[in-house]
Amino acid sequence: MEQNNDGSLSQVRHVVLVLSGKGGVGKSTITTELALALRHAGKKVGILDVDLCGPSIPRMLCVGRPDVHQCDSGWVPVYTDAQKSLALMSIGFLLEDPDEAVVWRGPKKNAMIGQFVSDVAWGELDVLLVDTPPGTSDEHLSVLENLKKHRVDGAILVTTPQAVSTGDVRREITFCKKTGVRILGIVENMSGFVCPHCSECSNIFSKGGGEELAKLTGSMFLGSVPLDPLLSKSIEEGKDFTESFPDSATFRAISSICRTLLNSLETA
Amino acid sequence: MCLILSDCPGTQSEQAGKTSSCQGCPNQKNCASGATKAPDPAIAEIGAKLSTVKHKILVLSGKGGVGKSTFSAHLAHALANDGTKEVALLDVDICGPSIPRIMGLEGEQVHQSGSGWSPVYVEENLAVMSIGFLLSSPDDAVIWRGPKKNGMIKQFLRDVDWGDLDYLIVDTPPGTSDEHLSIVQYLSSTHVDGAVIITTPQEVALQDVRKEIRFCQKVKLPIIGVVENMSGFVCPSCKNTSQIFPPTSGGAERMCENLKLPLLGKVPLDPRIARSCDEGKSFLNEVPDSPAAKAYHSIVQSIQDYCSNRVTDEQSTD
Repeated sequence: MEQNNDGSLSQVRHVVLVLSGKGGVGKSTITTELALALRHAGKKVGILDVDLCGPSIPRMLCVGRPDVHQCDSGWVPVYTDAQKSLALMSIGFLLEDPDEAVVWRGPKKNAMIGQFVSDVAWGELDVLLVDTPPGTSDEHLSVLENLKKHRVDGAILVTTPQAVSTGDVRREITFCKKTGVRILGIVENMSGFVCPHCSECSNIFSKGGGEELAKLTGSMFLGSVPLDPLLSKSIEEGKDFTESFPDSATFRAISSICRTLLNSLETA
Repeated sequence: MCLILSDCPGTQSEQAGKTSSCQGCPNQKNCASGATKAPDPAIAEIGAKLSTVKHKILVLSGKGGVGKSTFSAHLAHALANDGTKEVALLDVDICGPSIPRIMGLEGEQVHQSGSGWSPVYVEENLAVMSIGFLLSSPDDAVIWRGPKKNGMIKQFLRDVDWGDLDYLIVDTPPGTSDEHLSIVQYLSSTHVDGAVIITTPQEVALQDVRKEIRFCQKVKLPIIGVVENMSGFVCPSCKNTSQIFPPTSGGAERMCENLKLPLLGKVPLDPRIARSCDEGKSFLNEVPDSPAAKAYHSIVQSIQDYCSNRVTDEQSTD
């Protein structure tokens, strides 16, 4: 049998990191929604969740806690559909008790991520999205070290509009520059809330911070995703919002980000 | 001590000095001999240093972006409103320090004094320390692995000239990893009152928060109670409430019932809170009559009561 040095990522066309210096800005939500939108656009997508201490993706895609199986070429990812168009790997699958805390220091996390990156049998994928925890530390360095043996197309940075969040994302931009990761663009999440009762728009977490940050740092602004209780609800219930609310502003925003991303990946 | 090796298993680990990444480390012999497995002398030094601090409160959450720093900052402001109390706020979020901005101290630098680093003062009785004060530009990223972060936290506790304090509030990053283990370990020879756990109402947040609660139980850190932040939003124009982050699994209330923990209160979403944080002002002073400010005050009161009861308990058992 022919040996391939790229190992498990050999048939993965594009690898995109989803990063943010700040926690709770919607990295996992944007990862999930982008994956669904990419699948909607006919792509084969994988999600690698390297947030070891707080894995959220399994719940957002409502896959529960299946057993992860081994095959000759490594761990078999969990598929969310019969067509196997959306594959997923998360540490959430490897824990006995969902409430169990993963109280690990760096070296153990690094070893786990090394395995995650090299030992999952992704098969053929158009895009692999890598969802990360907040910060610029062990997980980020390890995931890059391991992915760089293969390829990393670049990173999408997620922020919320307020300065407290864009401040942390500026640090993440420095991280990308120092580690040589191309910035594919910035997404502003939780941008404005339209009251379902009176249609008044409130900027709960301020406004425009993502676009300003993109200008300031010379990065592409991919778009803003509004605060949408329907989106939070579909995330909570693990539903595919591309099917549930194809007419919402949120769906339009995410589809447009998805198109821009695909363009940028294919022209690079 | 070697704190820069990237895959250092940690000097206290069973593997210390024995893994392949230990090869070439100047500290390898020391680690392999077992000498480093003895308790870190810094723990006793920190104990001595913080013996003049009456109450120590950690602010934790497994989840990021739920409002730990916002809460820590406003807890500090509220406690320091009583001019007779000395309050300090320590930010151990090494990679994402938000406290300098929220406290209106961006661009401030730490000064060296005879007895260590001097914290930055917001008011005479409110001191703040954060890695943000050690960075030269707001773009500076702290790209550090665990051991280096731990070294920094140790310095914050041991080498900062805290002085006599009534309250030391420690704001933490999300997760259950190096920073959390280190702060608990370094404070193990002191008396920590307990942890305040912050969450938002959705299950996606609660599932991480339950892990943090499990962490507290594992390391025997008492839990003062849980705060539900971003709990409902009242539209400023029509006054109707929307659940932006819906409590689909019963929110913090149901979680506290199940885990038998006190729910300290619920703080509604209010755009004025985010704005005050961006501007580095206390929204408790900016909009003192808002429902969010009232919720905050009642939570702070419960925390104060908890701390003073703990003192009486100890005196009676002594």
